[in-house]
Amino acid sequence: MSTETNTSTIEQMANQEYKWGFVTDIEADAAPKGLSEGIIRFISAKKKEPEWLLEWRLKAYRHWLTMTEPHWPNVKYGVIDYQNIVYYSAPKQRKQINSLDEVDPELLRTYEKLGISLQEQERLSGVAVDAVFDSVSVATTFREKLMELGIIFCSFSEAVHNHPNLIRQYLGSVVPANDNYFAALNSAVFSDGSFCYIPKGVRCPMELSTYFRINAADTGQFERTLIVAEENAYVSYLEGCTAPMRDNNQLHAAVVELIAVGENSQIKYSTVQNWYPGDKEGRGGIYNFVTKRGKCAGKNSKISWTQVETGSAITWKYPSVLLQGDNSVGEFYSVAVVNNYQQADTGTKMIHIGKNTRSTIVSKGISAGRGQNSYRGLVDVKKGASNSRNFSQCDSLLLGDKCGAHTFPYIEVKNTTSKVEHEASTSKIGEDQIFYCKQRGLSTEDSVNLIVNGFCKEVFRELPMEFAVEAQKLLGVSLEGSVG
Amino acid sequence: MLEIRNLHASVNGNEILNGIDLKVQPGEVHAIMGPNGSGKSTLAQVLAGRETYQVTQGEVLYEGKDLLAMSPEDRAREGIFLAFQYPVEIPGVSNIYFLKAALNAIRKHKGLEELDAVEFLQLVKQKTKLVEIDESLLNRPVNEGFSGGEKKRNEIFHMAVLEPKLAILDETDSGLDIDALRIVADGVNKLRRKDNSVIVVTHYQRLLNYIIPDFVHVLVDGRIVKSGGKELALELEEKGYDWVKEADRAALHA
Repeated sequence: MSTETNTSTIEQMANQEYKWGFVTDIEADAAPKGLSEGIIRFISAKKKEPEWLLEWRLKAYRHWLTMTEPHWPNVKYGVIDYQNIVYYSAPKQRKQINSLDEVDPELLRTYEKLGISLQEQERLSGVAVDAVFDSVSVATTFREKLMELGIIFCSFSEAVHNHPNLIRQYLGSVVPANDNYFAALNSAVFSDGSFCYIPKGVRCPMELSTYFRINAADTGQFERTLIVAEENAYVSYLEGCTAPMRDNNQLHAAVVELIAVGENSQIKYSTVQNWYPGDKEGRGGIYNFVTKRGKCAGKNSKISWTQVETGSAITWKYPSVLLQGDNSVGEFYSVAVVNNYQQADTGTKMIHIGKNTRSTIVSKGISAGRGQNSYRGLVDVKKGASNSRNFSQCDSLLLGDKCGAHTFPYIEVKNTTSKVEHEASTSKIGEDQIFYCKQRGLSTEDSVNLIVNGFCKEVFRELPMEFAVEAQKLLGVSLEGSVG
Repeated sequence: MLEIRNLHASVNGNEILNGIDLKVQPGEVHAIMGPNGSGKSTLAQVLAGRETYQVTQGEVLYEGKDLLAMSPEDRAREGIFLAFQYPVEIPGVSNIYFLKAALNAIRKHKGLEELDAVEFLQLVKQKTKLVEIDESLLNRPVNEGFSGGEKKRNEIFHMAVLEPKLAILDETDSGLDIDALRIVADGVNKLRRKDNSVIVVTHYQRLLNYIIPDFVHVLVDGRIVKSGGKELALELEEKGYDWVKEADRAALHA
């Protein structure tokens, strides 16, 4: 096939419309547009929060006012009018829920369209789902079973009421309220999210999972996730997202904090992100400006981030690990896909503080259409982090000739006993590869899927089984029509 | 099975095939020979549907259907198989997974049930014996890190699993030592049936010692200038391609 054909098929695949764009008609209980101390008090009051949390929010807000929006990432977007955003929106239904039968049937239908039937999940898969619909959690399953083990898995708001000491102790302990512009904004206005606590010696017997979904128009979503693992505790947490089709850009500025507190504690955090990426002309789509960070405080503790990023108009996030405890381990496995006019500036930071700390970074960037994909990563080995090691591998795959791949690795090493390795590659999906697949009977789309999935294999094998299957499908949908 | 009529094809405006006529009946083995640059591989690629080449004139009928109107994948699904001169690497995709996807795409096209993992593995086991391929190659990524000989053998293994009606072997002998050549040829011979046809594209006669052709065609400057039986290959080996070129020139001037 000629380059010309190649490109035209790429365009064809890129022309694939977002398959999961639909809007659920549930009355929203929303704040007026705009941001002020009054709005923050409104949010806090709505959520019946204690005074200290309101003060924490206000402090964050006041700090945010002194900050300016950062523009160092390799992404371009219009001016965000922070006064034109609704900062709080909740589905009307408010009462406590004991079973799924009590959930608004309209809501359940939405989940079914997404292929996330709660009943199914509850009955068949043993996955406990804390469903975040817009800003308030509406259904939590398997909680009782987890409670027997002493595991707390609930919405953030509930945790504020039921486990105030834990929240007070850990909130902002990894991502301080004044950490960066968007983290400060989140700290001021965060609506809800998930809280997860694994006590000493407990291995969480199931994958914990939250499905986020942005629903009401113009509602910025400010999620807050906090996961704490005590000594010898283990948890695997899944985050998956889809969003309905929208014309206006929607800002999403979440904060995720992971704390592997005790010795030998382990947290595995997997994300499949599929928010609305905008149409093929680049209109609309989610701005996904997220702060994700984990702290390995305990000796021999481990935090592992795995992400598959296919959605959003702009993705800007660096799931990071502070390797504080001696012998602690940080991992980052990432697949980021951009198509049409999508932009992604994503990577990780591995901060080696303790002795013998180890980190692994595997980043796979796929660019199609006019998408721009940047890997940006920092490996920072502090003076005391003797004998620490890092291995980084950043591979880029280009589909077509109008997209871009960029790599910005930053490496700072302040001791002589550490070892840092960085490998990078950029390749173009070969028309000879596609022809070879087609000659064996595969369609163009299946050929591209196969090649791209092969490229991402090292990351996919880090995902829990069901998630890996979902991720492969998602990749297929995102790149449909993308190469020929 | 296959009928090529006055086929012209070019790449970037350069005409490479210059009016090819060829008829292949079921069960026949045809050898296409010719000097470098005569258009042998182009013919193989055009038949498989490579879009780099533009067909400017002529037609190709495959089982009575207009082959040139078909997409490469539909040609494959209808039973055309090309053993590549340079098999392509697909990192991260296991050979066996790839082949299962291919076979099931073909079966689906034919309206057959797709094979499940167990059925497929049984089939594979049987075929690995037939073409003497090392089982360790099955779980490695497609062609990645394979030696030249392993790649060629893997092509024949694909052919054995996919069971094409018309197999086109594009310089399958190049880069093979004599033992590998024998194994590859044995594989092809075992797959020969009276309703399947093979087109062997080769520069040298030696492969034809193992795969005995019914017909030999000599391609020069994009045209078949001489056709004959298997003895033609031996004659070429002895006299070289200049002999047919000269004869052809003489014929043109006569």
